[in-house]
Amino acid sequence: MIAFAYIEPESLEEALALLEQHGEDAKVLAGGTGLVNLMKQRLVQPAYLIGLRQLARRPELAEIRPSGSLTIGALCSHRTIETSALIQRRLPLLATTFQHVASVRIRTAATMGGSLAHADPNQDPPPALLVLDARVRVQSSHGEREIELSDFFVDYYETVLEPDELITAVIIPPQPAGAGTSFFKFLPQTHDDYATIAVAARVSLDGDTILHPRIALGAAAATPLRARTVEAALQGQTPTPAIIRDAAALVAEEVDPLADFRGSAEYKRDMAIVFTQRAIEQAVTQATANH
Amino acid sequence: MKSIQLRVNGQSVERDIPDNTLLIDLLRNGLDLTGTKEGCSVGVCGACTVLLDGQPVSSCLTLAVTANGCAVTTIEGLSEGHRLHPLQKAFIDYGGFQCGICTPGQIMSAKALLDENPRPSKDEIQNWMMGNLCRCTGYYKIIESIQAVADGKVAS
Repeated sequence: MIAFAYIEPESLEEALALLEQHGEDAKVLAGGTGLVNLMKQRLVQPAYLIGLRQLARRPELAEIRPSGSLTIGALCSHRTIETSALIQRRLPLLATTFQHVASVRIRTAATMGGSLAHADPNQDPPPALLVLDARVRVQSSHGEREIELSDFFVDYYETVLEPDELITAVIIPPQPAGAGTSFFKFLPQTHDDYATIAVAARVSLDGDTILHPRIALGAAAATPLRARTVEAALQGQTPTPAIIRDAAALVAEEVDPLADFRGSAEYKRDMAIVFTQRAIEQAVTQATANH
Repeated sequence: MKSIQLRVNGQSVERDIPDNTLLIDLLRNGLDLTGTKEGCSVGVCGACTVLLDGQPVSSCLTLAVTANGCAVTTIEGLSEGHRLHPLQKAFIDYGGFQCGICTPGQIMSAKALLDENPRPSKDEIQNWMMGNLCRCTGYYKIIESIQAVADGKVAS
């Protein structure tokens, strides 16, 4: 393991001051399931490690709060989100998605903010959060800003976060009335693995017309992504089998998968089409039932 | 270096440790608690599972400084003298292990499950134990062992 100095701030203000002071020499440690692995492999070698453990005492960082929008504190664990009655009732898509992440042991440690800052494009939560129009709230010593999640990821393990910024919450805005959602994690290997391809969808229906469609994928490119051409092909259409099939086929041009032991790039592109179609179908079925 | 204080299997422990010490290394090398095994070292295999304030964690991914002030339970903390914990007894009675290297992690994960959900269904056991890998048993015996404890078939 690399050498570093571990610092455990007692307050958010102290944590932000440390980030401002140490900048790129510092990394933030929440659950550690992503970062400690990168440090063990020497892919990340921070001189200072800022542990956020004490900040979990701040309710806004560690709780899920309903108030029109739903606010998930950055230090909420995956397990907290998965088992939250509020999430299960208001956003069952998120509960289902978080249940599919790795193993109970990892979900117990891994946090909401940590997983987004880690920005591994193979993760499960980002596609689900993208179709829910999530925003990321970040704070530095100089103030606060909110970033659309669709603008948050830049490249493999890279986000728009500045070195002095900390994610404090994820905000899910109210969803269109009667919206149907779905999440497919295609896993040919073991259940605790990353997906070969993951697709989330959200649609709402006005009579027979699709409104506000959202399609997002994980494990499909250098970042989690919105499939905007698929969304455009669905907007305002009647969800017939042909419309859904033709819209799903457009995802092939949106993805840029990396070949690995979970499949070749060609296979993943083909599976992106298959699972995009299934995700749309399931979301439409649910929206029809909600109608 | 950092000074840390924690409770390990009910006993208070104080140590000065390098900041980069992993919990598994503190347990095995610092405290001679070698029951906890290191398998994959990347949080996948579950061999190093211990309970941190009652929650299952990969001790290979946990910095020891972040256990400061916490209660850690390892496989050594389950038996009372020579009296085995029901899970330990079940793994023997139902053949839940062969080579044994994954067993401490299996049992600690199973304990976390039964502490939270004393009567899990087979599906719930399978789902929970998915993150603990075994190269020997084929898993059926492990699930049977845990089921037997949940069904009250094993006296400690």
